[in-house]
Order: sequence, then C-alpha cells, then structure tokens
Amino acid sequence: MSRRPYIRPVSKTTWYMRNKRYKVYVLRELSSFLVAFYTFFTICALAILATDSAEKWDSFLASQQNTGMVVFHAVALLYFLFFQTFPWFKLAPKAMPVQVGENKLPDSFIIIGHYVAWVIVSAFIFWLAGVI
Amino acid sequence: MAIAKKAIVWGLFAAGGTVTAFVVPALITLFLLVATGNVPDGLQFDQFHAFASSWLGKACLFIVLFLSVWHAAHRLRVVAHDFGIRKDALIASAVYTVAAIGTVLAAFYLLTIG
Repeated sequence: MSRRPYIRPVSKTTWYMRNKRYKVYVLRELSSFLVAFYTFFTICALAILATDSAEKWDSFLASQQNTGMVVFHAVALLYFLFFQTFPWFKLAPKAMPVQVGENKLPDSFIIIGHYVAWVIVSAFIFWLAGVI
Repeated sequence: MAIAKKAIVWGLFAAGGTVTAFVVPALITLFLLVATGNVPDGLQFDQFHAFASSWLGKACLFIVLFLSVWHAAHRLRVVAHDFGIRKDALIASAVYTVAAIGTVLAAFYLLTIG
C-alpha cells in the first residue's frame, strides 16, 4: 500500500488568481468571447443586409450610433490587440519556426514579419471599406 | 478516430487564431467608426451590398466568419474547463453545435444577398 500522497487544495474556479502568469493566461483566453461576439454581430449584420432593404440597413447603422457602442468598441479593440493579436504574433516563432539551411531564422524576423503583414492586411481592409 | 477529430478542431483553432489576429482589429475599428457616426463609404448600403453580392466578397466574408466561429468555439471549451466546469463532453457538443449553426447562418445569409 502506498502512502496517501498530500494533495495541495487548489480551487477549480479561482486557481489563476495566485500567480501573475496565470492571470495573464486567463485574460488572453477571455478574448475568445470577443471573437464569438464579433462573429455573431457580423452574422446579424449580414442577416439585415440579406433583406436587400436599404432602409433596414440604414436603421441598423443608425441604431449603432451611440456613446455606449463607441466605448464598447474602443475597449474591445484595445483588449483584443493586447490579449489576442500581439500575443498571437509573439508565439508565432514558437508555433512555426522557419529553418534556413542549417540555422533557424531569428524569432524577431518572424515576429516583425507578422507585424508588417498585419499592417498590410489592415490597410487593405480599410482601403476596401473606403476609409483610406 | 480520436486523433483524426483532434487534428480537425486543432487545425481550425490555429487557422482561426491567425485570421482573427490579423482581421478582427480592423473589423472592430470599422464598427467603431460606424458607432461614432463616421460610416465608411464601403459600409453604406449600395457599396457593401455590392461587395457581399460578388462571389469574391461572399468567399472572403464566409472564410473569416467560418474560421472565427470555430476558433472561438474551441477556445470557449477550454475557458469552461479553466473556470471549473468539468463536463467536457457536454460543453464540447454545445460550443461546436453553436459554431455549426453560425456557419450555416453565415452561408445562408451570404447566399441570400444579391
């Protein structure tokens, strides 16, 4: 018979509160709610567009124009950048290391490459939407 | 079989993570512009309807929405576990069902436009 091992009690619901790394991990994971929200928000917008009615589309746009939505989108944008986009770029060299000949490409090359590509993709979307 | 399923959800998670990291900040910025009353020309009815009516526009919107919704589903499954909900089979079927519904709705509305 083995001795009963000591198991340190750990809360299943608040375990991440005792360590900064765990807190940041949970903050990153919570950005998935924003992905889900904006996906279904866009699907709802497409549902209104699918009525082929300019009036309904205009009243949808008008319904979005209030201070509450400005604050919500502004906070969501900052949260998403710092807890999804930037961490994703940071882990890219770990997830997709690039080997050239005998050597691995430096991590900074891959990370900078992601930022450059991100600026280009964002600029293309803004151009497509007529912002720039 | 278990391995094959895992490869599919993991692949969708990785592809969705990349697409959302690149595209969603610009998407939120567009919604922010709408909220401030500066509706971009491309989101006015005529232009956006024309974009969503073209096959290229439909394809772009569908790929982004499809990958985003499955990425979110996979991560919300993990979030449930992190917050102490240990009924993984139930949570998995719930989030993947919602993702499947989102995929079908996105396809249906995109095909209806134009």
